[in-house]
Amino acid sequence: MTTTDDIKAQVKNLNFYYGDVHALKNINLSIERRKVTALIGPSGCGKTTFLRCFNRMHDLYPNNKYEGEIILFPDNINIISPAIDPIEIRMQISMVFQKPNPFPKSIYENVAYGLRVRGINKRQILDEKVEKSLRGAALWDEVKDRLHNLAFDLSGGQQQRLCIARALATDPRILLFDEPTSALDPTATSKIEELIIELKTEVTIIIVTHNMQQAARVSDYTAFMYLGEIIEFGKTDKIFTAPSNKLTEEYITGRFG
Amino acid sequence: MKDIRKRIRCNKLWNNVFLIVGLLSTFVGLVLLFALMADLFIDGFPRLSYKFFTSFPSRFPDEAGILSAWVGSFLVLLVTAFAAIPLGIAAGIYLEEYAKKNWITDIIEINIANLAGVPSIVYGLLALGIFVYLFKFGESILTGGLALALLILPMVIMATREAIRAIPNSIREASYALGATKWQTVQHHIIPYSTGGILTGVIIGLSRAIGETAPIITVGALTFIAFLPSSPISSVFPFINFKWLSDPFTVMPIQMFNWVSRPQHGFQLNAAAAGIVLMLMTLIMNGLAIYIRYRFRKKIKW
Repeated sequence: MTTTDDIKAQVKNLNFYYGDVHALKNINLSIERRKVTALIGPSGCGKTTFLRCFNRMHDLYPNNKYEGEIILFPDNINIISPAIDPIEIRMQISMVFQKPNPFPKSIYENVAYGLRVRGINKRQILDEKVEKSLRGAALWDEVKDRLHNLAFDLSGGQQQRLCIARALATDPRILLFDEPTSALDPTATSKIEELIIELKTEVTIIIVTHNMQQAARVSDYTAFMYLGEIIEFGKTDKIFTAPSNKLTEEYITGRFG
Repeated sequence: MKDIRKRIRCNKLWNNVFLIVGLLSTFVGLVLLFALMADLFIDGFPRLSYKFFTSFPSRFPDEAGILSAWVGSFLVLLVTAFAAIPLGIAAGIYLEEYAKKNWITDIIEINIANLAGVPSIVYGLLALGIFVYLFKFGESILTGGLALALLILPMVIMATREAIRAIPNSIREASYALGATKWQTVQHHIIPYSTGGILTGVIIGLSRAIGETAPIITVGALTFIAFLPSSPISSVFPFINFKWLSDPFTVMPIQMFNWVSRPQHGFQLNAAAAGIVLMLMTLIMNGLAIYIRYRFRKKIKW
């Protein structure tokens, strides 16, 4: 049974507004430590909006408003509190985006960037971290001989794994994935999925996906969202085999969405 | 069937009519330009020699040269670059990355676009009022350079903004998501990735500035000058000095203008030769701009 020690983040009565648009409505759920939580639902249901609350990405744009709490454990800080600097949050919670977005720099500098931002410039520390992160993202063997080549020379799947390595380099406490395989071919996709399953031994993961099979394959918990609300949340097995809500059942059997 | 064929013939006739009109229009421009350049070369080319570049202007057309003019142009452009580049880039970055998007920034944007179209002599009057009379910089290289800096500032700002706008938002988000501040994002990503576009804009601005005459005359450049500004490098500590900033000067187009207005045929030839030099300077700068753009495009593709 889950105890409070196993909870990494607790979402309480979260509401989110884009100007006047009420995008997330009264969301409550808990993110378990070192597990994969998947957010699924039809386009426009708010799953990406919800994900981006975890690292305060909405603060980059004007007229956005959060209400409620996302408590990060064990520090007990409210991620979305206006009193907390979003940069402090982003330093602890990393994100991998929908399309691979490496910087037009070398492979090495891409992975090292998060550390450089933190003022770490010692060659030895950077070398170690870069290798460790690239190994963690299952990319080391493919790029170890060309660390100083441009990241753009890599294939799409390799670029996405590079972005994962970049996110891992700063030892995040939660790793957010926003449809990480939507721009990739099936082979690259399965590599990323394997990677996610491996990574959860180290880090708590939240993944947004439009692909239900993917959610079923990689996640331990699944939240089904619709029109800004969580319709059903529970163990992935249960959501996919015996959903308790009619809407969830219709969505996962492909009758809508 | 017959009707359709007739229709098609008629439509194609108009197509061909435009083809010919378009071709003629293109040729008018090209031929005129070519004739102008050929004329310039035929007149001026024989005058181009080492001595032409190293002689001061003179009463005798055969002895006159463009030394004071090209040195003046170079120094004025140096001041222009040092003033316009940092100001323009900083303003561009502020407007794109920092400023909130509201009606005030809209007005600023429209005004900057308009400023790029203001006649250059107006900038000359502005510079005369501010730099000569108010700040008492005199009729100096500094004043001339700053007047041209004002002139190309809107171009630099717009080039900077355009180059920054070409950077996809996903790159900014990647940087912010790693915990970077706005300045870190600007310093490590926005500036390096937009350098190609910015430099292109800057060089094109400078190549426009080098040919400008009106604002330079307005701020009181000399038309006949037989000495050089003080040297920026000196043999005693601190080895550089800025006295040249306050020296009187002339520039290439003014030297040309001065020669063209003389009655003797020899001076006309001098003017043509100076024209070739000025045109080559502009061409080289534009070539450089194209090269830089090409180099950066090759490295960064979104």
